[in-house]
Amino acid sequence: MNAKTQSTTSPVLLILFWLYVGIPLVMGIWETLLKAAALFK
Amino acid sequence: MNNESTNSFFSKERITAPPGFNRWMIPPAALAVHLCIGQAYAFSVFNNPMTRLIGITESAPNDWDLPTLGWIFSIAIVFLGLAAAFAGKWLEEVGPRKAMFVAACCFGGGFMVAALGIAWHQIWLVYLGYGVLGGTGLGIGYVSPVSTLIKWFPDKRGMATGMAIMGFGGGAFIASPMSVALMKHFSSETSVGVAQTFVVMGILYFISMMIGALAVRIPAPNWKPEGWTPPAKQNAMISRNNVHIDQALKTPQFWLIWWALCLNVTAGIGVLGQASVMIQESFKGAITPAAAAGFVGVLSLANMLGRFFWSSVSDYLGRKNTYYTFFILGTILYFSVPGMGAAGNVALFVLFYAIIISMYGGGFSTLPAYLADLFGTRFVGGIHGRLLTAWSAAGVFGPVLVNYIRQYQVDSGVPPAQAYTTTMYIMAGLLIIGFFCNMAVRPVSSHHHMSDEATPEHGASPQLTPAMAGNK
Repeated sequence: MNAKTQSTTSPVLLILFWLYVGIPLVMGIWETLLKAAALFK
Repeated sequence: MNNESTNSFFSKERITAPPGFNRWMIPPAALAVHLCIGQAYAFSVFNNPMTRLIGITESAPNDWDLPTLGWIFSIAIVFLGLAAAFAGKWLEEVGPRKAMFVAACCFGGGFMVAALGIAWHQIWLVYLGYGVLGGTGLGIGYVSPVSTLIKWFPDKRGMATGMAIMGFGGGAFIASPMSVALMKHFSSETSVGVAQTFVVMGILYFISMMIGALAVRIPAPNWKPEGWTPPAKQNAMISRNNVHIDQALKTPQFWLIWWALCLNVTAGIGVLGQASVMIQESFKGAITPAAAAGFVGVLSLANMLGRFFWSSVSDYLGRKNTYYTFFILGTILYFSVPGMGAAGNVALFVLFYAIIISMYGGGFSTLPAYLADLFGTRFVGGIHGRLLTAWSAAGVFGPVLVNYIRQYQVDSGVPPAQAYTTTMYIMAGLLIIGFFCNMAVRPVSSHHHMSDEATPEHGASPQLTPAMAGNK
């Protein structure tokens, strides 16, 4: 199991999956940061 | 779909990863579930519109009031704790895909039933839908990917589970603007758009959680990360043995960590619930309601990022030392915060609370790895679920403690700006007790260990994290 094995997971699929969860999260964080800016005005 | 194919589709054999499977597919699968169920933190955006379901522009006499609506979230949190506690053992038997599927059905279905309750204006249906069904989905969804992640990342247990549990903290950042946008889209002269919003969100969350369920895989027996070998020097705080889920409850370690978590969460949750009022009263006239909302946003971000940061740090520092940090640094900060308020130093006040709340989140995210270190990986999902009852208990203690002490202070003639000082000192006291609970945690006695025949079915045997070798 530890021998060097050929990856069976598509790198494109891996990137797309991370973008799928990452993009909405980053957008939500950005919205929150805009609201938080009021604290330092 | 007949029973046989259903069993096959969900079976552990079906989701055992082939050689060469990239383990970095698992964190987004877990996040796909946790980002959905994290919606619970944003449920309050529905409160105001749901008090105008009949009156539309303003509350009508037959409309629901806020105390009635408050029970929806409370019931959901109670069922989160119950489901996590009781479904943990079942989860270990059936595997993560089936558990995630059930969580998706409960959470998505809960929104649908609640939508009916809103459309028919039957509050018991909303309680049943979002509260009972949705809360059950929350509990099962929360614990389902945890043990899988630990088995895939024996070298980075803390970081892996931190990523998923960070998603629970981050779900509100997606749900809040999405809910507002959907309600705006569906609102009309005859509807505030909540029922339609629930239907859309139920469908979206079901689909997203199912994507996580379909993507999740468990490692093959005796699988190890490529090129990784467990360090030769064994840390006494990291067991290579497994403790059965029922046996774990008979160990002092379980209850010491239960109290450590409960006290850490009690201290944090009381602040989170009162953040907006607290900063406005501490800096009377200097902080507007909009700025206070910004403070709540900063704390939510600290809660989310702290989950990833502290659990990742624990891979290097060790779980016990990380919890020591929460209790020591937390105590110092709680003692210092009233001084910042009195000095009118908003920046340090915000910074100190952000660090406190980051450690509140860190307590949750470091917990699964702490349990895996002590009790082994075989039943960590179930043990984690049972320990989350500490969260439910803290959810009652924290807000009650803060509200009661503050009211007592104000009634005694203490100015509102200073009313939180005693509360902060009591929170610091709770953390000191937590410090001693953590200090008392020792390796689990060998008579609690499972026999050799009952070794883990999937993934690497319980191993120590490389950087933790020698860490007591």
